[in-house]
Amino acid sequence: MAAKKLNMKDKYKMLTRDLDWEFSYQDRKEAFPYEEYEGIKITDWSKWEDPFRLTMDAYWKYQAEKEKKLYAIFDAFAQNNGHLNISDPRYVNALKVFLGGVTPVEYQAYQGFAHVGRQFGGVGARVACQMQSIDELRHVQTQIHAMSHYNKFFDGLHNWNGMQDKVWYMSVPTSFFHDARSSGPFEFLLAISFSFEYVLTNLLFVPFMSGAAYNGDMATVTFGFSSQSDEARHMTLGLEVIKFLLEQHEDNVPIVQKWVDKWFWRGTRVLGIVSMMMDYMLPNKVMSWREAWEIYFEQAGGALFKDLARYGIKPPKYVDIATAQMDHMSHQTWWNFYNFGEAAGFHTWIPSDKELDWLSEKYPQTFDKYYRPRWELAKKMEAEGKRFYSKGLPQLCNTCQVAMINTEVDDPTMLVYRSTEYKGEKYHFCSDGCHDIFVDEPEKFVQSWLPVHQILQGNCGGADLETVMREYYGMDVGVDNLDMKGSPDELRWKEWKSA
Amino acid sequence: MTVKTTAAEYIGEVRDRVENFHGNQLVYVGWDRHLMFCSAFTFLVAPAASFRSLRDDVMAGVFGEHPEWPTINWDSVRWLLDGQPFTPELDKTLADQGIGHKSLLRFDTPELHGFMNAGV
Ligand SMILES: [Fe+2]
Ligand SMILES: [Fe+2]
Ligand SMILES: [Zn+2]
Repeated sequence: MAAKKLNMKDKYKMLTRDLDWEFSYQDRKEAFPYEEYEGIKITDWSKWEDPFRLTMDAYWKYQAEKEKKLYAIFDAFAQNNGHLNISDPRYVNALKVFLGGVTPVEYQAYQGFAHVGRQFGGVGARVACQMQSIDELRHVQTQIHAMSHYNKFFDGLHNWNGMQDKVWYMSVPTSFFHDARSSGPFEFLLAISFSFEYVLTNLLFVPFMSGAAYNGDMATVTFGFSSQSDEARHMTLGLEVIKFLLEQHEDNVPIVQKWVDKWFWRGTRVLGIVSMMMDYMLPNKVMSWREAWEIYFEQAGGALFKDLARYGIKPPKYVDIATAQMDHMSHQTWWNFYNFGEAAGFHTWIPSDKELDWLSEKYPQTFDKYYRPRWELAKKMEAEGKRFYSKGLPQLCNTCQVAMINTEVDDPTMLVYRSTEYKGEKYHFCSDGCHDIFVDEPEKFVQSWLPVHQILQGNCGGADLETVMREYYGMDVGVDNLDMKGSPDELRWKEWKSA
Repeated sequence: MTVKTTAAEYIGEVRDRVENFHGNQLVYVGWDRHLMFCSAFTFLVAPAASFRSLRDDVMAGVFGEHPEWPTINWDSVRWLLDGQPFTPELDKTLADQGIGHKSLLRFDTPELHGFMNAGV
């Protein structure tokens, strides 16, 4: 007679590895049709080490407890008008960018992990991906719930879902995930689990969560902590996948290296928007973006790639260029948004004198020389009653879709222009990294949905920018966009604070 | 190298081919060392437009915001078309002088060093 209750070890076995079965009358290759075409060789799936060490029933229990605590805090936050405790209404603009840029890609992560959670031949990998898939869906939901309180009191949070695959800057994270999800299952895991969640995730979450804490946003701090314990599991999956692929077959090494190179570069381009939040959008600063890069990439990443060297893996290509550009990235990105503040769904502004001095101190090599003069010009124009809004549309990189604002490492007054011709068509890139990614898979990237080109093809609801913004982006023009100064957000805040 | 797919041959749709611009074409224009403008611009133009109208209407419409724009000495401007030195002919069409769809045109104003001489 079987024991009434399984011990932990048996239960774990039965609820994970035992969910697989031998195929007696179907061809295994047909059941897992995406497993081989990327060229990855798996000789023994049983060597996969489960990164989560969780069974479904334990998973539900933990997650339910986390949710209970989280929603109790959301309720308290709403009842106590928690939004009045933030440092400054400018802070909410970072949340607008987060909700439009991060929440929808959490949803894409959910979709991507659900897909690969079906497609791997190894049951260990399937179970891990399915659990992560559910985690990611939870992140989407908790973020929406946390932000819905802010949506009652601030502009620009009402149509994040409609904007995410249309608006010019949202297309950057959106296309990043489209690229990963339209790749094979192993590249997807390398892209998202390893490069994004293992190597770069702290650069996204730490600034946000510490930023929220420094700026009195308890709702964001709470969902951040709640998802951080999930993230820890996701990082373990990221590390497991790269080690597993490298240990399975030596032919996997060059394929993995190529993905490491590609996704590191794509990741740094996506992080431009985070760099600007840290240095420019947080009224109370945590640390500079440069410092975050040193701690979370150079130190942590350096140790990681030292560890991977024994498999023959080298640090990502162009890591030296990326690191040199970290002295420029946030300044160039915020200037990009200040230029196009008329077409953004959040507010932009000139940093205060105190903030300009903080930037000089944090970026002694670059800020006064290259960036302070831009703000002096902006101040001069604003004082003359001509707040500078750029009138044209920017040139975009065909790979990362960021405006081509990058400058040469050896001459930061010169923009980087790279291009190639493919089947008689010209393509332009912000960097050698983006150029190389295109050249490696041109048939994929000739299909890039570049927001500027789409507007000019007449596919976005109108010929003039205001119609595009109103009809296609779903923005409240004159309310959501333009400078922080004089915005309805700012006026309401002053009323609340004087009441 | 081409895209790895399960299909034998995979051809992507060229989303920005010139036919999709209804008789017009794109041209990108950047003013070197004038980073008041965070990047080059993308313009929709007719291939039969003259260079003069590109410069004096289209470009002036956006670059004209710069305090140095009215002081440009056009005789000393150095142009690059798709990376090659280029001498525009003002009254010839764009198409007739090789400015094609998605061409990149850069101009450098050697006497002007930007706001506060900082390349801005
Ligand atoms: Fe997530
Ligand atoms: Fe995650
Ligand atoms: Zn790029």
